Amino acid sequence: MSVSVQADDFDVGAEISALSAGRTDIGAVVTFTGLVRDMAGGEEIADMELEHYPGMTEKALANIEAEANTRWELQASRIIHRYGKLEPGAQIVLVATASPHRGDAFEAAEFIMDFLKSRAPFWKKEGTSDGGKWVDARDADEDALNRWS
Amino acid sequence: MQVLYFAWVRERIGVPREEVETSATTVADLVAELRGREERYDLAFSDMNAIRVALDQELSDLDASLAGVREIAFFPPMTGG
Repeated sequence: MSVSVQADDFDVGAEISALSAGRTDIGAVVTFTGLVRDMAGGEEIADMELEHYPGMTEKALANIEAEANTRWELQASRIIHRYGKLEPGAQIVLVATASPHRGDAFEAAEFIMDFLKSRAPFWKKEGTSDGGKWVDARDADEDALNRWS
Repeated sequence: MQVLYFAWVRERIGVPREEVETSATTVADLVAELRGREERYDLAFSDMNAIRVALDQELSDLDASLAGVREIAFFPPMTGG
């Protein structure tokens, strides 16, 4: 189990390798990578500023990861979330889960992403032609949480 | 008590954090007190449905007690991922 909140980019391949390094008991590794899109609601996005709450962010992500580990049989997991100003195409978030069989890894990765969307203290501001616009939380993200309760 | 603000709440209030001397016993009392102080607070807290609160870095709610709390944060619904 490991969580990083960082400004720097990450290497998905290196993270997968690190997750399974030196072990032969892992049967499945699932990864999700979130990227910055260049359009939002029909409007062009120049960049995306990610603000977070240092201290609480790390705790919230660690709690979400720990909860996933109690619900599913995970052999390893990794969460990386970036902050700061990111260009379209940039990687924002990585969730990786490893388990003996694919079912647990798939579900745990989805669970972690669903919680991270609306329970980790990050706020996105899209850079648009008329300045900046804070991204509103989506009802769909809140609904996504309810299926895990 | 350290009071922290994030995203548009921070922009409306104009500072990311400040030390607030208060005798408020609940989050709601503190919000009412701040709103009475200056218009920028009144503006930031005009729709409390759009505000989330964390006490000592744990998500909490408006009627929560402030007893023993060292750090309180106000922010909009989170948009991670």
